[in-house]
Amino acid sequence: MPDIAPADTQDTVTQPGGWRSLVADWSSDQRAFRSASWGKAMMWIFLLSDTFIFSCFLISYMTVRMSTVVPWPNPSEVFALEIGGTNLPLILIAIMTFVLISSSGTMAMAVNFAYRRDRMRTTLLMLATAAFGATFVGMQAFEWTKLIHEGVRPWENPWGAPQFGSAFFMITGFHGTHVTIGVIFLLIIARKVWRGDFDQQRKGFFTSRKGRWEIVEITGLYWHFVDLVWVFIFALFYLW
Amino acid sequence: MAHAATSEGQQHPIRLYLVVWGWLFILSACSYLVDYFHLQGMLRWALILLFMALKAGLIIAVFMHMAWERLALACAILLPPLVVLVFVGIMTFEADYTLFTREVFFRGG
Repeated sequence: MPDIAPADTQDTVTQPGGWRSLVADWSSDQRAFRSASWGKAMMWIFLLSDTFIFSCFLISYMTVRMSTVVPWPNPSEVFALEIGGTNLPLILIAIMTFVLISSSGTMAMAVNFAYRRDRMRTTLLMLATAAFGATFVGMQAFEWTKLIHEGVRPWENPWGAPQFGSAFFMITGFHGTHVTIGVIFLLIIARKVWRGDFDQQRKGFFTSRKGRWEIVEITGLYWHFVDLVWVFIFALFYLW
Repeated sequence: MAHAATSEGQQHPIRLYLVVWGWLFILSACSYLVDYFHLQGMLRWALILLFMALKAGLIIAVFMHMAWERLALACAILLPPLVVLVFVGIMTFEADYTLFTREVFFRGG
């Protein structure tokens, strides 16, 4: 069995564009996603399911916040830090946002260099992405420690509605887990790139199939998704 | 734009990513400033949601290359999350009702 589904290149040329392409692709035999490999399509479908999980968390948060009769703690004050004598609201969260966006930028460039078969730059950019990700998780651990010391628990907190703690730990904890898994994923793929697995057609340890450079883009999809989720958490949980 | 998605993968100039990266920084800084200057009311919500949507759009379209995928994939992935908005609507009614019953039965009741 071939490792890669044969790309119907000739077909791509004659395909219609726009809305006609939608109908043509979906009504075609066997393969609806013509430009995307099965790996990429499956990652997108996984990310779609993950979207629903995070949506459920954020909607639960919305529901408890809207329905509580106790005032909601002001995130701007809860997450404020005192740096050099001045009290800066939300500063740690802002830095975390910039760190995660930077990691997305380095990842996007890693994908670009991967398609140019530039092993060195791809590896370095992926390692930089992983380092940004690890920094993010570290800052989140700091934030959790600070809040736990201040008495925030999933069932109570000193400032107001008790649901604040459960929403906070659940949403940021689940996101942090995603970042951690992403860092591990990045390191594994970066090692494969560095070793030249995709040029030498080396078979994978787990799948015993030949890897392709496209895995860098698929890893990138996951990583950008983690950043994407943070955009929503930042807006809806921290700024709202 | 001359670059395109080919069977060789997504080939775009690095400049494109740097520009998007810059915009994401600017938009994040803007949403932080919304909080920093203590904007309130409709203006605050409108700005927060606007910056959120723009950032999400840039990430999906450029970083995740959705802008260059075929419409069949884009529709399959991007349309289902819109249904979540219906869920948000349902839970808004539910939360309002819960708040109503709590105020009627638990406050000064």
